[in-house]
Amino acid sequence: MEYGTIYLILAGVFGLFMAWGIGANDVANAMATSVGARVLTIRRAVLIAAVFEFSGAVLAGGEVTSTIRSGIIDVEVVAGDPQLLVLGMLAALLAAGVWLLIASRMGWPVSTTHSIVGAIIGFGIAGLGWHVVHWSNVGTIAASWVVSPLLSGTVAYLLFRSVQWLILDRPDPLKSAKRFVPLYIFLAGFIMSLMTMLKGLKHVGLEISAAEAYGWSAIIGLVLMLIGKAFISRVPYDPAADREFHYANVERVFAILMVVTACSMAFAHGSNDVANAVGPMAAIISVVQSGGQISAQSPLPSWVLLLGAVGIVIGLVTLGQRVIATVGREITQLTPSRGFACELAAAGTVVFASGLGLPISTTHSLVGAVLGVGMARGIAALNLNVVRTIFMSWIVTLPIGGVLAIVFFWILKGIF
Amino acid sequence: MKSYFAAIFRGSPMKPLQEHMEKVLECASELLPLFKAVGRRDYEAVAQIQQRIAQLEDEADSLKTDLRLQLPNTLLLPVDRRDLLELLRVQDNVANKAKDIAGLILGRQMEIPASMQEAFDAYAERCIDAVRHAQRAVQEMDELVETGFRGAEVELVHNILRDLGAVEKDTDHMQIKLRAALRSLESQLPPVDVMFLYKIIEWTGDLADLAERIGSRLQLMLAK
Repeated sequence: MEYGTIYLILAGVFGLFMAWGIGANDVANAMATSVGARVLTIRRAVLIAAVFEFSGAVLAGGEVTSTIRSGIIDVEVVAGDPQLLVLGMLAALLAAGVWLLIASRMGWPVSTTHSIVGAIIGFGIAGLGWHVVHWSNVGTIAASWVVSPLLSGTVAYLLFRSVQWLILDRPDPLKSAKRFVPLYIFLAGFIMSLMTMLKGLKHVGLEISAAEAYGWSAIIGLVLMLIGKAFISRVPYDPAADREFHYANVERVFAILMVVTACSMAFAHGSNDVANAVGPMAAIISVVQSGGQISAQSPLPSWVLLLGAVGIVIGLVTLGQRVIATVGREITQLTPSRGFACELAAAGTVVFASGLGLPISTTHSLVGAVLGVGMARGIAALNLNVVRTIFMSWIVTLPIGGVLAIVFFWILKGIF
Repeated sequence: MKSYFAAIFRGSPMKPLQEHMEKVLECASELLPLFKAVGRRDYEAVAQIQQRIAQLEDEADSLKTDLRLQLPNTLLLPVDRRDLLELLRVQDNVANKAKDIAGLILGRQMEIPASMQEAFDAYAERCIDAVRHAQRAVQEMDELVETGFRGAEVELVHNILRDLGAVEKDTDHMQIKLRAALRSLESQLPPVDVMFLYKIIEWTGDLADLAERIGSRLQLMLAK
């Protein structure tokens, strides 16, 4: 294909740029609660995030990447002029990356997912035609954007209410905490493993039956629970701390649980957001490598996921550290007993969506979860104005992503 | 780089509320050395203590203003915003009343009849005790947020409030006895002084009443 190598290089550069931005920006939401609650040092948070973002991206990021690669735009319709698809995807990557940069600088809420989906739809309509877009898929995706914060909020509400009932409301909360927190650790490990395995690790080449998935998940959950129990019994409980604030020691038990949920959140984020960088890249690569032939069925090259994962890790290790520190300082209200409920609910929702191949906003799911805990009267003060702004930001992000993509598309068409 | 996610968390209003109540208790507690100084006829000390009370009441006022500014109605709080502001207002009234009592005593260079001195000191002690109980209840606010206003913590607060009720009832009885004692001395004292003495007894009792009202506000919050 003419310019094939240049396209590949550009795809790599833009894709890595986007992945870097995703790592720098969003990872803070997964790890900042742990850093803010002094459960993890920044170094450990970054290390954990790196490991789990990478795993999430590689092990569970395949479905969403497929959706972004070929689920939004009907690639076979473009078969007559494959160059258009390549240029369009390049434009989409560039548009989403640039918008991410601008919005982060200005402090506006930005969802990487909304940016890339808006960009792809944008160039699809302008460059290829209305009919090229898979409107039913887009409808499903849009619906998932509404459902995911609601689901996450409901789960977080129920989780926190269970914590109140089992632990916080009891006369001896510390004893109850030591007894029940290991069960929550089991739950976290079990659910995360189960959802990852049930949807199949087929993009990694592993076929697991449903029964095996349940079995392995239970084992992973049990192992985590035993490790967690060991850590819980090792924590020094200072009775003096309880005089200041009766629940200080209870929170220390929850802190162990919060490490597990932080890992889950990083894994979930990697699984859903890697596609935002790598999906367009995969589309370009498969078109160029097949010499201009496009097929929606062609398998996803797994090294593409690896590349995205590496990009995210670089982003989080460079700029991400500072964002984690800043955010961690400001969210001290999310004590471990709340933080874990929010993170587990959000992580579960996101991994569930990843399994279905639906690109959703991890930030919105986390905000939904926070609202859920707030409804259970668990948080001292939530600014609903900011919540509204965050949720409304997609109204701005979608068209801007689309317009930027169209602009870059015409520029690239002019160059090539 | 501003983080939008972090911006959804506002500072907790509970800590400032607790700090305000601590300041109010500190202010009201100064009345005890004040009454002792009156018993000693040491009006210089009375003036000094009145100054301290006025200053503490000022500090409480600025804490109150800060907290009010911190509570726009776009916040999602675990309690009704109006309940919180009402609680703050009643707390503030305690400090105001303490300042009024101190001011009146100083202004009229009041004397307490020697035969009433001991009963009066005990009465004042009990009224401040009521305020102390109220402060202990308010102190549990951040624990209440921790448990989401449920469970064993609510039981604990109810117990404190029940004790508060008992203390307030006690002060009512003591007030009746004090007024009776004053009535028997009425004819021997200047009538204007006697009227103002009745006023001081009434205002001191108001401290306990206000403390009980703080308790009621808290109970309302727990009941919702």
